[in-house]
Amino acid sequence: MTQRFIQGFRAVAEATALSRPQVLSAYPITPQTGIVEELAQMVADGTLKAEFVNVESEHSAASVVLGASATGVRVYTATTSQGLLLMNEVLYNIAGMRLPVVLTCVNRAVSAPINIWNDQQDSISVRDAGILQLYAENNQEGVDLLIQAYRIAEDHRILLPVMVCMDGYILPHAYEPVDIPSQEAVDSFLPAYDPLYRLDPDNPVSMGALAEPDKYLETRYMIHKAMESALKLIPQVAAQFQATFGRATGGLVESYRMEDAEVALVTMGSLAATLKETADELRAEGRKVGVVRLIAYRPFPAQELRRTLGKARRALVLEKAISLGSEGPLALEVKAAFHGLSPAPAIASCVAGLGGRDIPVETIKRLASQPSLASPEFVDLRADVELEGVER
Amino acid sequence: MSRNIRDVEKALDHTFASGHSACSGCGEALGARLVLRAAGKNVILTTATGCLEVFSANYPYSSWGVPWIHSLFENSAAVASGIEAALRVTGKLGKTKVIAQGGDGATADIGFGALSGMFDRGHDILYVCYDNEAYMNTGVQRSGLTPYDASTTTSPAGKEAWGNPRPKKDLPQIVVAHGVPYVATASVAYPHDLDRKVKKALSIHGPKYIQVHVPCPLGWRHDSALTIDIAELAVKTGLYPLVEFENGKLVAVRRIPKKVPVEEYLKPQGRFAHLFRSEEGRSQIEVIQVMADANIERYHLMARPETEVEPWSPTEA
Repeated sequence: MTQRFIQGFRAVAEATALSRPQVLSAYPITPQTGIVEELAQMVADGTLKAEFVNVESEHSAASVVLGASATGVRVYTATTSQGLLLMNEVLYNIAGMRLPVVLTCVNRAVSAPINIWNDQQDSISVRDAGILQLYAENNQEGVDLLIQAYRIAEDHRILLPVMVCMDGYILPHAYEPVDIPSQEAVDSFLPAYDPLYRLDPDNPVSMGALAEPDKYLETRYMIHKAMESALKLIPQVAAQFQATFGRATGGLVESYRMEDAEVALVTMGSLAATLKETADELRAEGRKVGVVRLIAYRPFPAQELRRTLGKARRALVLEKAISLGSEGPLALEVKAAFHGLSPAPAIASCVAGLGGRDIPVETIKRLASQPSLASPEFVDLRADVELEGVER
Repeated sequence: MSRNIRDVEKALDHTFASGHSACSGCGEALGARLVLRAAGKNVILTTATGCLEVFSANYPYSSWGVPWIHSLFENSAAVASGIEAALRVTGKLGKTKVIAQGGDGATADIGFGALSGMFDRGHDILYVCYDNEAYMNTGVQRSGLTPYDASTTTSPAGKEAWGNPRPKKDLPQIVVAHGVPYVATASVAYPHDLDRKVKKALSIHGPKYIQVHVPCPLGWRHDSALTIDIAELAVKTGLYPLVEFENGKLVAVRRIPKKVPVEEYLKPQGRFAHLFRSEEGRSQIEVIQVMADANIERYHLMARPETEVEPWSPTEA
């Protein structure tokens, strides 16, 4: 294993190239563009043998990879924020047509007000589209999950799009030591795409037909069952990845110092690194604190969560998204996972880091010690900003 | 020469099978059938959401004897771009042709950005727009290609309105402005002409655009037996000029030997019925006549073959 000190964009682009996609399509949007700029250069230099299709919108980027995937080739796209929202209609379509498109979502806040910094409202907003969502904690994981994503998406039991989510600026803009695997190793782990159906004049099929009320529900059920299959497949692929590359990456849920934890800090993505540091400091102060990080958000690993969280007295779900008018969407689902169970942890919804707001260790320590929290708790809401017409 | 229905079926090769659920007299179904016959079997097709997709592919049935995909309303051109890129990268492009299809709303309105992008990138794709001049699948709403004064459910005629207040968007000229090497208009009333244009388009490398006039008896409110007659009148009045552009240059037009007054085209159609109910309506018909005359002048539709544009050799009477 040889590590290189490289930018996240470059790392993800190299992992993409190693996965040998044949059609790439993307539209520029901050803070994603760095990935596809790197890929465009590889295609221009001839080091990546692929078609790079420059499109006029993210809607078309998703549509181009849809068409190419339906024709039987491996594809890649990347986007963020407004771009992901513009893709939304196509993402549902890709999932409904069971096309194994792989994409990276560089997580960014959603307008208005326009804000280019990190939160996870964008990917959470496409939660129900039928896309598998995997969240990376660091750039190494962004690389490893991407390679795994193709294995998972293209498995004939799954055949669904997979989106690898990476926190904008915090990850792809950052330089970190990353091990980029060899082409030989990736080739041995990731076989060539073997489509179940494709658009081929020698064997014509019709794709995207109308399904009336007597058939539509069954298509949703089949996707749901594929998601359930993915709950089994994701850990298997992670194990195979470890066997090939010697590195434990992936799976459904990561558990950190949870063995005797009374308080669990639950999150997705790069915030986990801060939470682990917080847990270490709190443990040094004698508090039994652990961290649970969801790697898979779709399919939702409820059983795995119950297993890792079950003994904690209290769980703080720290998430960079909110279902306005309700609570943090992840917190709601963690609560649902424990519905009707006893004992179960007291679960608090903490909405933090929206629009790129920093989440310091001290803040998390304070939350972990605070006996009661609002529902949801808006973490570090500023007292010095006038909120016109709103009572705090 | 008389032909029985079996001969016709044989000629059509079943690449677009009958038994679909289009309305009787549907111009779009006929148009698609003619395009497919001309294209042959080594082709991959996309279709935008709309009547064509709904009546031809209701699971588990499909009329399409060639590989076909429907994705969404506005992305037929983009999906086709992805198919073309996949064929290119796997070395199959050229042998296998790509045809993107859409109705007028999918092409001129909601899918216009994707259409422009496809042309801009120079994909080797033929885009066929079946122009029935409104959103027929959703129940006859106005589109960018709805003609002046046509009454639709969202541009209805009323005490203070004559129907659609705007003329048709000149989409063929907009496509020409993209530098597209082949652009043509066609009509289901002239099947041999359409056949030739599709074959010609597919022989040219790069993006191509054909806009086919396809009457909709339901939306235009005419007798379903009159589809071909109405389409023919659109051409003979000058309201739907059949033109061909190669590399930006007008190279051929279907000439009008004897000009037919627009009234003859408008009268059998319920969507223009309000124009025949008053003297003011008459003056609106005169406005439409001016539009037809402008087309005739602009494209030299009544000029002698040896003048201005290259001679046109008709393959049918």
